[in-house]
Amino acid sequence: MRVMANVGMVMNLDKCIGCHTCSVTCKQVWTNRSGAEYIWFNNVETKPGLGYPRRYEDQEHWKGGWELDRRGRLRLKGGGSIRRILTIFANPDLPGLDDYYEPWTYDYETLVTAPLSEHDPVASPRSQLTGRPIRPTWGTNWEDDLAGAPETASGDPNLRALEPQVQFAYEQAFMFYLPRICEQCLNPSCVASCPSGAIYKREEDGIVLVDQDKCRGWRFCVSGCPYKKVYFNHKSGKAEKCTFCYPRIEAGLPTVCSETCVGRLRYVGIVLYDADRVEAAASERDPRCLREAQLGIFLDPADPAVREAACRDGIPADWIEAARRSPVYALAVHFGVALPLHPEYRTLPMVWYVPPLSPVVSAAAAGRGAEPDPDDVFHAIDELRIPIGYLANLLAAGDRGAVRDVLRRLAAMRAFMRRREVEGVTDETIPAAVGMDVPEIERLYRLLAIAKYEDRYVVPPAHRESADRLLAATDTDFGCAVDDEDRFADSAQAYRQQLVQLDLPGTRRRGLTAGNPPEGAA
Amino acid sequence: MSGAALLFWIVLPYVAITTCTVGHVWRWRRDQFGWTSRSSQLMERRLLSVGSPLFHYGAFAAIAGHVLGILVPASWTAWAGVSEEAYHLFSALAGTAAGLAVVAGFLILLYRRLSVPRVSVTTTRVDWGVYALLAITIGLGVLETTGVNLLGGGYDYRATVAVWFRGLFLLDPHPELMVAAPMLYQFHVVAAWLLFALWPFSRLVHAWSYPILYLGRPWILYRGYRRRAPEPVCTRPSQ
Ligand code: HEM
Ligand code: SF4
Ligand code: SF4
Repeated sequence: MRVMANVGMVMNLDKCIGCHTCSVTCKQVWTNRSGAEYIWFNNVETKPGLGYPRRYEDQEHWKGGWELDRRGRLRLKGGGSIRRILTIFANPDLPGLDDYYEPWTYDYETLVTAPLSEHDPVASPRSQLTGRPIRPTWGTNWEDDLAGAPETASGDPNLRALEPQVQFAYEQAFMFYLPRICEQCLNPSCVASCPSGAIYKREEDGIVLVDQDKCRGWRFCVSGCPYKKVYFNHKSGKAEKCTFCYPRIEAGLPTVCSETCVGRLRYVGIVLYDADRVEAAASERDPRCLREAQLGIFLDPADPAVREAACRDGIPADWIEAARRSPVYALAVHFGVALPLHPEYRTLPMVWYVPPLSPVVSAAAAGRGAEPDPDDVFHAIDELRIPIGYLANLLAAGDRGAVRDVLRRLAAMRAFMRRREVEGVTDETIPAAVGMDVPEIERLYRLLAIAKYEDRYVVPPAHRESADRLLAATDTDFGCAVDDEDRFADSAQAYRQQLVQLDLPGTRRRGLTAGNPPEGAA
Repeated sequence: MSGAALLFWIVLPYVAITTCTVGHVWRWRRDQFGWTSRSSQLMERRLLSVGSPLFHYGAFAAIAGHVLGILVPASWTAWAGVSEEAYHLFSALAGTAAGLAVVAGFLILLYRRLSVPRVSVTTTRVDWGVYALLAITIGLGVLETTGVNLLGGGYDYRATVAVWFRGLFLLDPHPELMVAAPMLYQFHVVAAWLLFALWPFSRLVHAWSYPILYLGRPWILYRGYRRRAPEPVCTRPSQ
């Protein structure tokens, strides 16, 4: 067993209002510069829809992620390394700019310089690349609120095997928003696809970064990532990707998209996992079991054996403590209400989603023509406005059972709280029906519905200073006191105080430049 | 020896070699961030997917041909039992094939640079310089191989150009050999030296980064910023 920590995020899709605040703040911070106009490290798509870049989820076409060969061994869907260095002169699987969109601005000058006339002057769109007039035809959320869905949305790969049922007539239409960032995968195919070895996973927190000095512009990471979350900066000629706001994470702060999320639906935390079993988990034969396989390599940070092993593998005490309080662990593992986006890509993604539940009740109402009986909520799960099959294709490699399970828990939480708040009745049968008890369901409710800042973000600050010296010097304080919770917390506190004093520019390490920001050194 | 001969066949080569070497060292040290193929595939992929492989594979064949024709003395091939006629025929035919691939690929890439607005706007001045020098070098090179040696009367560059070229590196330059060579060869060579001089300052540096080491590398790479503890500090406190 080799214990490693990885950052993770859970997004509660029930709450996303599609406001794009996350995208905008992310862009302002990271990609608001030339060469990166079309790049959105965070984007929010309307589902069903083709997405950004168009149909990126269709791996039979784009060849992102991993697959199993006939002997069940993991290999890149984009072929082996020989194929890659032979096709390096023109990457056969690279999306073109039109699959993303041609970025544009408006000719604002006309507004000021137009001669006096009867009609208001119009600022017409101009390409941000060529400066020429263009007609925008696609964007990061071109299908906002199903705009154009009757024409485009049927091309959504998640609709496969559902087509006959799904209609885009107004009465039957369904939609929800899907905010997306880089998944900081445990088994990142972008890293594996990079011939220069410029992309790497940080040992400490698992954040996947592109070393701007090592990237040679071979652009295989872009095609290698099934989520299309590595982008090519056409000005610098280098790949750039979502950085999980690593400078903020290092300072113990959540990412910008999380911090600014209007729906307060994002959860950030770390998860401990067994790095030795990553390949085995990603090689699970049945794609529908990949989530289970991934859960299987997550380690329980409350388990003394795990804590000791983590300490032995150099994970600082306050990190282990943070892993124990991690909302990501709670939602994904403990409550099991979050699901990974497209586990079938076999990258073991670390941004998971709580599937949207809201339309259940209205679908039931539509079916029965009456206010639904809250006790009857489970029966409605299969009459969701958002077909379970759709969510299953998106979040469970087609396994409807997994989605149904999650939705039942969420429905139970709602029904239970509703009875309690509205009728003043504590109905223990509701949690029991989904294998939970009252305190558990209250905890889930606090996490999902109240969603306090401290509960949503549990980010331990990085130990950039020489952690080993610190540990060695104060061995007694920082030894693996796995059986003493208070002492553990105290030591984390003491650790942090020392951290402040030690975090001087002079103690910076080589690693600080290795993971340099996408702007690079130029 | 005339001043022009000295300038073109001694000064220019040495200046170009120096600029190329020092330039590469300087660029490698100072500008890792700029060291890239600056791929424009995002902007346009249909023409590139034909033009770029044609050009590159053609160029590799042509480079291999140069090694064989210029660096390997005629006496070595003779010693290996290759007759002059056999060499001549092979080099003219293979050279023509490579040349055609390079030319076709280059023309496609050039057309793309000029006619696709998105690609033109991402083209820098240095890129245009590279294109101009490549155009001259390639154009004249193909005329030599195909025009002179395959279709024309033939010219034994192995007795002149090649000997002069190797002489440069043996510090025994014979500019008179180049003075005697046809103009076609003279211009080809001058353009090539200029190209080498420009190389380290252009996107051509990407050629040195062919990722051959990728073949033997593990899939997933990790890098740390925190140093590992020198020895285990996790002694369980005594109970
Ligand atoms: C040795 C290995 C080489 C590799 C792996 C390589 C790879 C590449 C790649 C990936 C591109 C970018 C294509 C795109 O836009 O996506 C490129 C462009 C280019 N390469 Fe190479 N190259 C190599 C050698 C060379 C050599 C020897 C030359 C010149 C003699 C050369 C000349 C060029 C030129 C002129 C372009 C620009 C093409 C264009 O976009 O118009 N390359 N190369
Ligand atoms: S989601 Fe992120 S870590 Fe995973 S393959 Fe894509 S870019 Fe790499
Ligand atoms: S800021 Fe939050 S609510 Fe708004 S689109 Fe982004 S994820 Fe959804």
